[in-house]
Amino acid sequence: MTTHHRPKDVILVGHGMVGQRFLEALVEQPGAADWRVTVLAEEPRPAYDRVQLTSWFSGRTAEELSLCPPGFLAEHGIELRLGDPVAAVDRAARTVTTRAGHTLSYDALVLATGSYPFVPPVPGHDADGCHVYRTIEDLEAIRAGAEGARVGAVVGGGLLGLEAAGALRAMGLDTHVVEFAPRLMALQIDEGGGALLRRKIEELGVTVHTGAGTQRVETTADGRVRAMALSDGRELAADLVVFSAGIRPRDQLARDCGLPVGERGGIVVDEHCRTEDPHVWAVGECALAADGRVYGLVAPGYAMAETAARALAGLPGGFTGADTSTKLKLLGVDVASFGDPHGTAEGALEVLYSDSRSGVYKKLVIGRDGALLGGVLVGDTEAYGVLRPLAIGGKPLQVAPEQLVLPAGFAPGGPVALPDDAVVCSCHNVSKAAIRSAVADQGCGSVAEVKKCTKAGTGCGSCVKLLGTIVTEELEAAGVSVDTGLCEHFAHTRSELYEIVRFKGLTSFSELLARHGTGEGCDVCKPAVASIFASLGNGHILDGEQAALQDTNDHFLANLQRNGSYSVVPRIPGGEITPEGLITIGEIARDYGLYTKITGGQRIDLFGASVDQLPPIWQRLVDAGFESGHAYGKSLRTVKSCVGETWCRYGVQDSVGLAIELELRYRGLRSPHKLKSAVSGCARECAEAQSKDFGIIATSTGWNLHVGGNGGMTPRHADLLAADLDRETLIRTIDRFLMFYIRTADRLERTAAWLERLDGGLEHLRAVVLDDSLGICAELDELMDRHIGSYQDEWAATLADPDRLRRFASFVNAPGTPDPAVTFVPERGQIRPARPGEDGHLLTLVSGPRLEVRTA
Amino acid sequence: MTVDVKVEIHDGSRWQHVCSYDDLIPGRGVAVLLDGDQVAVFRDRAGTLYAVDNRDPFSGTYVLSRGILGSRGDTPTVASPMYKQVFDLRDGRCLDEETAPDGGRAVLRVWPVRGSQHAPVEAGSRA
Repeated sequence: MTTHHRPKDVILVGHGMVGQRFLEALVEQPGAADWRVTVLAEEPRPAYDRVQLTSWFSGRTAEELSLCPPGFLAEHGIELRLGDPVAAVDRAARTVTTRAGHTLSYDALVLATGSYPFVPPVPGHDADGCHVYRTIEDLEAIRAGAEGARVGAVVGGGLLGLEAAGALRAMGLDTHVVEFAPRLMALQIDEGGGALLRRKIEELGVTVHTGAGTQRVETTADGRVRAMALSDGRELAADLVVFSAGIRPRDQLARDCGLPVGERGGIVVDEHCRTEDPHVWAVGECALAADGRVYGLVAPGYAMAETAARALAGLPGGFTGADTSTKLKLLGVDVASFGDPHGTAEGALEVLYSDSRSGVYKKLVIGRDGALLGGVLVGDTEAYGVLRPLAIGGKPLQVAPEQLVLPAGFAPGGPVALPDDAVVCSCHNVSKAAIRSAVADQGCGSVAEVKKCTKAGTGCGSCVKLLGTIVTEELEAAGVSVDTGLCEHFAHTRSELYEIVRFKGLTSFSELLARHGTGEGCDVCKPAVASIFASLGNGHILDGEQAALQDTNDHFLANLQRNGSYSVVPRIPGGEITPEGLITIGEIARDYGLYTKITGGQRIDLFGASVDQLPPIWQRLVDAGFESGHAYGKSLRTVKSCVGETWCRYGVQDSVGLAIELELRYRGLRSPHKLKSAVSGCARECAEAQSKDFGIIATSTGWNLHVGGNGGMTPRHADLLAADLDRETLIRTIDRFLMFYIRTADRLERTAAWLERLDGGLEHLRAVVLDDSLGICAELDELMDRHIGSYQDEWAATLADPDRLRRFASFVNAPGTPDPAVTFVPERGQIRPARPGEDGHLLTLVSGPRLEVRTA
Repeated sequence: MTVDVKVEIHDGSRWQHVCSYDDLIPGRGVAVLLDGDQVAVFRDRAGTLYAVDNRDPFSGTYVLSRGILGSRGDTPTVASPMYKQVFDLRDGRCLDEETAPDGGRAVLRVWPVRGSQHAPVEAGSRA
């Protein structure tokens, strides 16, 4: 068939989280190329992560919150018009008209207008100082308002209200939460859980008023908020008010064009998310789903977006309701609720575990037939990953329910088996069976591969731990050994070996092998153990038995290149170098005929040296004040920097000074893999710090610390670990981050992969290094102090020891004779390795200042 | 009492002294020139000597003497520092790949080696 048809026009109204998901789902459908998509959005920026909105206060930028990957719209030919919402729909003509007056026609109209915050219509609700908590602009207004404020009141003790309270508290306001219901988070959790949550939140300095309605917002003569009058007669002084009393579907467009809406709002849609008009769909918070509910959570919104995209492509599928389970951390308190937490079913029974001393509350709702119906967890949500799928599965439990709530150690029996149809990832609706099939039938061999293949665990991430367990079980069942040991010689992981070496104070590989391993070792375990010894401060890496463990790069303190020659990289801290330094390096390179190139880390690499040449080259470098750059080691490479406020018109801090300080502090620190760092002097980020293992970006008041970034094969944007730190706190936090990484990472695992794998992720890392949740910070600090105290330049120390120097011989029976196989040819005025069949020349050991480079 | 044990390689016609036993670090190697041939000589932790071609058939570079010794099961091995293929030190066979990129068999030439002073140390025996 070669029919020439015009593309069909899809207009998406609203570019929030659900709108973006709709676009992503639509472009994946067969025949997606037939659609011409236009997005009309009210907000001034593309879709961003509203679930993580609060993290904006702790330094995450609007760009970092963005959900629309760069290039996504262009790649799929999607036109996005920001700041121009749809004002009217003409269903008969199938057109929409925007606020700016543009009229566009559609074949399919998808409404994803979301919801608006409900503000109780009390007197004074719109006074100066009253806010809502929904968009980045709202947060900007709250931050501006908080500057001159002392007391903040949040109306509404639900999920968002508590987040808002946390934000106000963090900005130093005396914070109150006013909740009409008798407990906090009344929708999700029960009375017992609510009481515990309240106590924990009050411990953080937030005052909670439950069972209290807001009657009036009192204002000053000039119309500013002064106080709130509560329904119990009290008056609460406050100069900033945030309304967070629930949300309402934004269905006005539908109402205006005569589409049916629910009694309490929401555009009525069927199970395909289609409205009464076959050309109009509605998804997300603005829609009243086929089960008669309006869903205010992102996971059901995503499911609706996918349903509508499939429906547009003519594919089957439907949305008839969703799981509203949630697990979150509110003001540092873990809270989860799943299934039916209130036990509304007839004959439902409760199993309760409550320990006020340790602040843990767990309730399970069990049906008459023994099935798990739902539950509430406060203070310890570890079991959520297993309990939620069990509750959704609705099958009778195979174990006594109390086993599911008792703390580890009290519960008898092994882990709980999930049924195959249990939904493990509710963001992407992935069942346990689908995950097992990805491993068994599609050959996925790791959590990362399963994530890629099924999308499980890529939404909110709360199921990743469970995902790991299922993948491991399935691999084991398939006979794939998921041996976490380092190699055939050690059944331990790198981090386990680190702990063994540290606790037992071992300093010899032979002893470690004899007591904890088998065989002779190999090129995997030997360098890994050498690195552990070096991380724990075990003297020079070429001393004693350690010398035999090092990779060739570490063994010759230089980098092996493809023809068997080595390259040399002197340290240039922060990339700052004097003209004399440059001249010295240039003279050495010229005298030895080395190829020179500027590295990505702001240093100079000198290529083409033989092992015999390394000591004399380094003698000259050390004499000129240079030291080892550790380019050959799994250790700190460079701390790159932009020029900073000293010179740059835009800089706000001295990035070069900090970069030098950091590079000198961490130089020589051996780690599971190489470490790269950078410091940018302002938010323009010219040093590309967010692509580094630890990157620092100057703010007007301090430094933001980003960790876990990576360039290379699998780029990863670094996560913001902490914001606006002073110099001392910044350095202490980096110390701990590095030492915690060194202690717990696998062999050759960069910080990016390590952070992805870390149980509890960034939050856990924050808790460990900022709040000392594991009580190990003193140890980490001490280890770093020991490293700094015992640092010595490896090359200077090598040159000072004839025994170490003896190893730098090309041939033990003919030292100084160059390897006849290492030859070079000229290229662009320098040397390069000769290729097979090329007639190259040797570089002689000590050449004169004019090595001949023929450019002919 | 230290005894200077000489390490000798048989070049096909005679034993040639190439270095002293003490030049060898247990678990590492050295390169020697033997009438134009490059030979990698190793001493393992137990003291056994091995001598194989210094040329790594996978990269074509003469670097095997800079590899790390180890074991795979009961086989004593050296790993190439270039692309990490592992070779059996006793017969020179590559344990990871049978064929080198040039199409040839990935097997290193093995040289007879001994430590000689009062009692010669033969290849495969303890010093």
